[in-house]
Amino acid sequence: MNKTVLTIDDSRTMREMLNMALVQAGYRVIQAVDGIEGLEVLRAEGADVVITDINMPRMDGFGVIEGVRADPAHRATPILVLTTESDATKKERARAAGATGWIVKPFNPTKLVDAIRRVAA
Amino acid sequence: MDPFESIKATFFQECEELLTDMESGLLAMEQGDDDSETINAVFRAVHSVKGGAGAFGLEELIRFAHVFETVLDEMRSGRLHLTDEVAKVLLRASDVLADHVAAARSGGGVDEGRTVGMIADLQALIDQDRAAELGLHDDNASAPADEDFGFVPIVLSLDEPASDAPEVDVAALMAAASDPEPATNPTWVVTFRPKADMYAKANEAALVLRELSRLGEIEVSLDASAVPPLDQLSAEQAYLCWTIRLAGDRSEADIREAFEFVEDDCELSVVRDGEAADASAPDLAIDDDSDASASAVEAAAAAPLDLDALLARVQPPSEAAPADAAPPSPEPAKTAPAETNAPDPAKLDVAGLIALAEKASQDHAQAAPPAAPKVDVKTEARASAGAPTAATPTIRVDLDRVDRLINAVGELVIQQAMLSQRVFESGLARSSDVALGLEDLELLTREIQDSVMAIRAQPVKSVFQRMPRLVREVADLVGKKVRLVMDGENTEVDKTVIERLSDPITHMLRNAIDHGLETPEEREAGGKGVEGTVRLAALHRGGRIVIEVQDDGRGINRPRVRGIAVTKGLIAEDAVLSDDEIDNLIFLPGFSTADVVSDISGRGVGMDVVKRSIQALGGRISITSEPGKGSKFSMSLPLTLAVLDGMVVSAADQTLVAPLSNIVESLTPRAEDVHLIGGRDAVICIRDTFVPLIDVGVALGFRDTPLPPASGVAVLVESEGGGKAALLVEAIQGQRQVVIKSLEANYQHIHGVAAATILGDGRVALILDVDALVTTSRRKAPRIEKRMAG
Repeated sequence: MNKTVLTIDDSRTMREMLNMALVQAGYRVIQAVDGIEGLEVLRAEGADVVITDINMPRMDGFGVIEGVRADPAHRATPILVLTTESDATKKERARAAGATGWIVKPFNPTKLVDAIRRVAA
Repeated sequence: MDPFESIKATFFQECEELLTDMESGLLAMEQGDDDSETINAVFRAVHSVKGGAGAFGLEELIRFAHVFETVLDEMRSGRLHLTDEVAKVLLRASDVLADHVAAARSGGGVDEGRTVGMIADLQALIDQDRAAELGLHDDNASAPADEDFGFVPIVLSLDEPASDAPEVDVAALMAAASDPEPATNPTWVVTFRPKADMYAKANEAALVLRELSRLGEIEVSLDASAVPPLDQLSAEQAYLCWTIRLAGDRSEADIREAFEFVEDDCELSVVRDGEAADASAPDLAIDDDSDASASAVEAAAAAPLDLDALLARVQPPSEAAPADAAPPSPEPAKTAPAETNAPDPAKLDVAGLIALAEKASQDHAQAAPPAAPKVDVKTEARASAGAPTAATPTIRVDLDRVDRLINAVGELVIQQAMLSQRVFESGLARSSDVALGLEDLELLTREIQDSVMAIRAQPVKSVFQRMPRLVREVADLVGKKVRLVMDGENTEVDKTVIERLSDPITHMLRNAIDHGLETPEEREAGGKGVEGTVRLAALHRGGRIVIEVQDDGRGINRPRVRGIAVTKGLIAEDAVLSDDEIDNLIFLPGFSTADVVSDISGRGVGMDVVKRSIQALGGRISITSEPGKGSKFSMSLPLTLAVLDGMVVSAADQTLVAPLSNIVESLTPRAEDVHLIGGRDAVICIRDTFVPLIDVGVALGFRDTPLPPASGVAVLVESEGGGKAALLVEAIQGQRQVVIKSLEANYQHIHGVAAATILGDGRVALILDVDALVTTSRRKAPRIEKRMAG
């Protein structure tokens, strides 16, 4: 069965972009628009990999990481954060919170799929 | 559409929303809202614009958004404080950002000078040293954007004289560039000892090894010597260490890249076979005789470990690892370079198996989780979900579809009315089942109509939120201090109406600040606060939306207004006018109280233009004023343009509808008030003013002989242009709401007819175009009113 990737991003553009690249690479994609919805969707549907943005309303990416890592059912789910090269401190904070890896924006589909392969069996 | 193009379209659509969000956030900030969530929301909006722009390579947009974002980030982190001045700069920056988005969308250019100036203004908000630290200097304002793309510009000195340059063996250089590590290099020896943290972050050693195997053939050996006896084993700990031997033709960077996500959570050394591991290397014995793997294996063999038992104990039944996998071999396992992403499970190497076991133990450990964090998260989630900011789920629908629905509901309303009337005419008792059922149907139909209209309804907020900036700019321009108070921003009205509200509101606000409010000095002298207040409010009243613009300024100067009206020949010198009537003189065409037509509220037009544009929407405007205390303009508009309040009249056996918004009054003409001009065109004297009397039946060509005025009813109407006329009809049938049907779409344009509707009895009734009728009569009898009045 295809792996399921949960993408959490408040930007519709970014969600569509991720969706296009991931679907083309053969993943099943589910989406959420902020951290709170992300955790809800993860609990309801489960996912093999979570890709999350950092800056989001209601609950940001750090909240997502903490929430996933504190959830016994999903704490072993790999989480990739979307960062930019200039966001070094954010990347570190995300790592410290328990992010599995990161994807530097702007990304191309190859970069994206590479990152997922590195964290998902 | 090309999926990429379609995402781009989404991006620009989203940009519009982001820009709106950004502006309302900035406007709140301008009002002193320095709540971190407000600032965050603005930051996120700019950040998202930049993020999307990055994906599409919109360099100019990225460059500007980056500077803007950096300043907002400084504010977010508390290094830059919100002041009036800062808010102003940010508001201007949002304009420039909007220009950039528009330019990127249309492929056009932006005002480069304005951008550069704006960037300088933004940079000026930040401390010089800090700006340098953030890389925000003029010279390299674009550097961070470049960095986002992960490329570094390379300086090529092509002008360098060849003689000065050292002899270069180009071939060798190229060879070196393409293959910096010649194949003859010794094998890489990688030692990799994960820390517990690595697993806690859901990284897996097996996946890292799989990445390595993509670089070429690898030889993996496992050191399990650190694994304690089972009774002392902690599921959360990491005990294993791998040594990987890899062909030497890869660069160290390639190898380290495979460890990118885990390098801070493991001990890692990458050395050439024969070199000593550096200081940061794991404390693993690597023999100088280069048999590192063998020594590791020896260590592994020495460890008292029954892996089968371990696997059996820690592996949950659902885990995918094959239960009958071969026990680990002390021989180094070899894997071929992975062709596909996933290694063949049947050939799963030892390293992979161990990693799986380790992961399984982690999974197992999760059965007994720490309870506290879980509770925290749930509480937070619930609290946030219940917060008022929780987004209501929405769907986007094409406006066309909504309009089709509205049209269909219009038909439904008509059919329902027809059905009711027929049942009524058939003499069925009101208590009969059919009549009762019809009543229910009528209620239901109304409800559907209201619900459908509500789909098109939007809060006036979208118009209101543009006003604070306008007020500030106008106030600055005329040197007055103004506080804008807004009420009822969430009042809903039809989308079409909203779009046309902007101009009249803008005009009324300008007028209130420019003419209504006094200068700070005057206010002070008058015992008022220096700061004037302008109140913009929206409310629903009697099935219409009312927009009020109120100021606490000087009020209408009635003697002056009257004087101007007389001077300009708008009223007779001896005309007796009530205060209200004098106030409303300012709506007359050509009236302007400003001594000099100012740029601000004037633009060469007066309140008559405002009145006309409101009437065009089926609205009315009025003013109330109290000298010294201020004025209040109220405009009332229909909630929708699909339905019209009309007066149903009959003329020459035809049923016609006159828009109620045009009607001033109706009266029965007395024969002595009607005068004929030129034998045919009639005027009627209504309270000392002569207005044309238009026989509607004749004007529309239903009959040739005019109706004797005294046997009909005169309906005094006012056109958008402010011209008045009395429409002579035979009788007034009543007042009702009618659904507007375009005549052009179904037939063709007819002069004097604006549209049509279908009445309850199924007959088509024409809706009069009052403007056209009044204008025609005026053309035929030019300036009658004035001549007679003067």
